[in-house]
Amino acid sequence: MDYILHPWPWYVAGPLIALCMYLMFYFGKHFGVSSNLESMCSIAGAGKLVDYFKFDWKANKWNLTFVLGLIIGGFISNQWLAPDQAVALNPDVISDLSQIGIQNAGAQYLPDEIYSIDALLTLKGFLILIGAGLLVGFGARYAGGCTSGHGIVGLSKLYTESFIAVAGFFIGGLIMTWLILPYII
Amino acid sequence: MKYLKFLLVGIFFGIVLFKAEVISWFRIYEMFKFKSFHMYGVIGSAVVIGLVVMFLFKKRKLKTMDGQPVHVEPKKKGVARNLLGGIIFGLGWALGGACPGPMFILLGKGVVAIIVVLIGALLGAFLYHAVKAKLPH
Repeated sequence: MDYILHPWPWYVAGPLIALCMYLMFYFGKHFGVSSNLESMCSIAGAGKLVDYFKFDWKANKWNLTFVLGLIIGGFISNQWLAPDQAVALNPDVISDLSQIGIQNAGAQYLPDEIYSIDALLTLKGFLILIGAGLLVGFGARYAGGCTSGHGIVGLSKLYTESFIAVAGFFIGGLIMTWLILPYII
Repeated sequence: MKYLKFLLVGIFFGIVLFKAEVISWFRIYEMFKFKSFHMYGVIGSAVVIGLVVMFLFKKRKLKTMDGQPVHVEPKKKGVARNLLGGIIFGLGWALGGACPGPMFILLGKGVVAIIVVLIGALLGAFLYHAVKAKLPH
């Protein structure tokens, strides 16, 4: 049981992610999370404003069910499978973060400076959270996939498009982490 | 009932990403600072095994549960679409520390602020389709 309660190493997580991908294809479907954002827009009535969203979202119920599973998986893990949620970060990262205004890095999964209710209720905090979501949602659909569809499936298929997209993920991520984050936190 | 299997894979995937700390903002920051192998190991080992799985799909050694060959959709061609979309995605991934899967897992974890990120992601997906005619692909 201890093995389950401790953080899982990369060599356990990576193969299990590949297993999830395999199972989705075995079930006759595919593996990709961000297309669900479009189904949810369609459910919310986005078809009234943009014709694209008039598609039949019911055809994607299987994938929406998968997303419901993600939510349940997060709940189960938090309740019963992760008694200690400290993240064993590289000490360099902890001191880096303290210099840009994020204290107690790794004490829990998320920084209070971004994800606490107090942070959310400030204008800057709200803009960071909604902005992060906007960029992820817009970028994922522009590129036609996210970390799962491009990062796992596309790279496994050696698709040139996915190598370009993942290079883009890193260009964007590096710009944000090195050049923008230090000035906006 | 026919959706139960997708629910179960989703729950399992959610537990895996939670337990491997992939849903931690700090792990994403650490990855982009090149200060830990962890995230590279997670994605890299998933892709290495994925390569084998895709090869076996192609050779029809592995099939769907109905015995059909597995069809993997090609991704849409275009450097601009994949590179620009990728960059925009990466900016958001590093800012919020969450890609779409982890957003839902964090919702299940009970993180209230992630609701704002999710609303942003839905708006972002909507906005893309509203303006896509004007974008390079």
